Amino acid sequence: MTTITSPTGTRLAKVFNSRQRYVPILATAAVLLLMWIGGSIRYENFADLQVLLNVFKDNAFLLVLAVGMTFVIVSGGIDLSVGSMLALSTMLCAWLITEEGWSPGVVIPLVLVVGAVSGSAMGAIIHFFEVPPFIATLAGMFLARGLCYVISTDSIRISHPFFTETATQMVPLGDYRIDPSVVTSLIVVALAFGVLHYTRFGRNVYAIGGNEQSALLMGLPVAATKVGVYAVSGLCATGAGVLYTFYTGAGYSNTGIGMELDAIAAVVIGGTLLTGGSGFVLGTVLGVLVFGVIQTIIQFQGLLSWWTRIAVGALLLVFIVLQRVIGARKT
Amino acid sequence: MPDPQPILQMKGITKEFPGVTALADVDFRLFPGEVHALMGENGAGKSTLIKVLTGVYQAEAGEAVLAGERVHFSSPLKAQQAGVSTVYQEVNLCPNLSVAENIFIGREPRLFGLINNYPEMRRRARELLARVELDIDVTAPLASYSLAIQQLIAIVRAVDISAKVVILDEPTSSLDTGEVAQLFRVMRRLKEDGVALLFVSHFLEQIYEISDRMTILRNGRLVGEWRTSELSRIELVSRMIGTELSVLEALEEQPKRELAALERQEPFLQAAQVGKTGLVAPFDLAIHRGEVVGLAGLLGSGRTEVARLIFGADRAESGTVTIDGTPLSVKTPRTAIGRNIAFCPENRKTEGLVEDLTVRENIILAMQAARGWLRPVPARRRDELVGKYIEALSIRPANPEALVRNLSGGNQQKVLLARWLITQPKLLILDEPTRGIDVGAKAEIQRLVVSLAEEGMSVLFISAELEEVLRLSHKVGVLRDRRLVAELANDESLTADRIMQTIASGEGGAA
Repeated sequence: MTTITSPTGTRLAKVFNSRQRYVPILATAAVLLLMWIGGSIRYENFADLQVLLNVFKDNAFLLVLAVGMTFVIVSGGIDLSVGSMLALSTMLCAWLITEEGWSPGVVIPLVLVVGAVSGSAMGAIIHFFEVPPFIATLAGMFLARGLCYVISTDSIRISHPFFTETATQMVPLGDYRIDPSVVTSLIVVALAFGVLHYTRFGRNVYAIGGNEQSALLMGLPVAATKVGVYAVSGLCATGAGVLYTFYTGAGYSNTGIGMELDAIAAVVIGGTLLTGGSGFVLGTVLGVLVFGVIQTIIQFQGLLSWWTRIAVGALLLVFIVLQRVIGARKT
Repeated sequence: MPDPQPILQMKGITKEFPGVTALADVDFRLFPGEVHALMGENGAGKSTLIKVLTGVYQAEAGEAVLAGERVHFSSPLKAQQAGVSTVYQEVNLCPNLSVAENIFIGREPRLFGLINNYPEMRRRARELLARVELDIDVTAPLASYSLAIQQLIAIVRAVDISAKVVILDEPTSSLDTGEVAQLFRVMRRLKEDGVALLFVSHFLEQIYEISDRMTILRNGRLVGEWRTSELSRIELVSRMIGTELSVLEALEEQPKRELAALERQEPFLQAAQVGKTGLVAPFDLAIHRGEVVGLAGLLGSGRTEVARLIFGADRAESGTVTIDGTPLSVKTPRTAIGRNIAFCPENRKTEGLVEDLTVRENIILAMQAARGWLRPVPARRRDELVGKYIEALSIRPANPEALVRNLSGGNQQKVLLARWLITQPKLLILDEPTRGIDVGAKAEIQRLVVSLAEEGMSVLFISAELEEVLRLSHKVGVLRDRRLVAELANDESLTADRIMQTIASGEGGAA
């Protein structure tokens, strides 16, 4: 017997209403599809699968970065340090392998540990000292960038055979070739999807993003989860740095300046609410693809690359307004 | 019949805040399978006792025994693990997660100890909800359901964490009648299952409907414990407020002075065609010396706006305000205060009191502002005045050094009143002065309004409670859709029904 079953529409309810939850991600998918169809009609060879694969290849590091950022933003935080962490990761790889002669088999895990540990440290500062994430990760951003310059202000090339050979290896797929970095980034996506949607840790991230006070009163491990979220982001940032090192074959202190903002833009375009508590890993994949397809269109059109920024900026604005319109919560 | 062995026993609980003893040597016990009502006015210590019990506050003295073991909770989490769960008025769940997740988060059924088993979680959620007669989509986000359902979901979660004691803190204050009935059915079922329920509510009817036993607190002290069936409503109220009820009733019988006699004089304040687009349509209103003018109307009908225009908090676009025969040219709150008008706003927390200052500092604020900062009030005169008003308004605790944030709602309201009374205004504007405060404090404030008017002060009294407006006012202005639609003389013929009809129809009787 039921007395009351009908959902009522409060202002808050609107955002999370089953159907409306998917509006941002569906909008992103629609935009992506439109751009793809438009590009295919306008440009020869645009519809070729290899073009799409190249989009993935050129943005594999951004995808990994954005996946980490998704965790942070769903939890209601922000991580500004990831661009610098990516640069630090490329510098550590290049320096330890080329100048110190370490084996990549040691360096790569080490770099990933560095990412996870610095992420945890920022998370701990954010949680235990109640420092706003914006400030704590801003400090992390300067620190990581500074460390890059301590290692070297010049670009360091990597000539280790593992790097040069893996970078040219291609995984064949019928008539097409897939870059190993694409495979890696897709594995990261699959793992993140599983963790965020199917584990306690992942669900706690959503709970904290929804209402941190409630999460605490429900007895959830808020501290561990918040630290974990920034650890994931740090890990993804250094992981993206390793991919970037494969991509460019070098380490350089000035890489990834402003890349944290690209990652945030991709996550937001992918339908994750900046206020936390709502978003999907697969939405972030769509967000990165939108980014990549815009780049591709601009290449095909022969425009200068900064038109990408203008297009992304405009799109970001549209999506943020869209989030408000469907009733996003006040922060 | 309740088990003779209490599940929870608290003894000699004492909790102090700077300047305030919130609880003094309070005993409390709770039996399994009973609904126990915790009663008391605002500030009696109910919330403090609950917070001590759930580990939000740590008591200075006293001990708690839960199921035969001495317990001391250092956090709400510890209390929850020991079997004491609280469902707050503002439901503490995550609005963005699904109903099933809200019930199980943190203890989800899992496959291989790692992956959440959603089908199992949904099945068990449906089972648990069926026990409280809810058949809802457990995959829908929590926020898509009404507060009443969210509360039931919170109770389901609390009980499923094998709670022995469930505390329901004002759960019914935002529910409608049907929802309250459903909540009570659930509470009765839990009672049969042997859960001990602690219930706090301001509604006496509900207390008598659901509770088996009650504990009454007053001023942080235990008054006693009774079976609900053995204590009449009148006895309950008089024990809560500690005075005989005759005082409350006497107020009703106070003869009202003739309106005609008041209106024969020149009005103290005369508003003529004062209005502002979007706020309130131009209105006329005269307030005489010693007259209480009530403003009635629905929420958002323009009651507060009328007061704000008169006070100058909002700037009128048209019309004039005349005080004592002289028109005011520029109207700001400052000029109004200069002409002895005082305004106690509706939201005492955000618009009036400085919570981190003491009672004394809050009371003296307006007087000091009127004198200018360069002429401090002499300490002796200040203490004398503050003492006088604390006594006159019976502000509790009667300690001028207590921080205002540690006072209950009713006492905070009295501090705000004292602040304005000390400036000896000729017109006092009170916007919802009795909202959210308990019976005793309400009666005291009403009594104060009557006696102030008798001394010649004019009062503009705004309240959502028609009975209160009727009891105090000499005449009642009725607002509807941001328009003053009627001015009704409060004589024998004026009833709450007639005011409601006026609000509904928008047509005034005698103007």
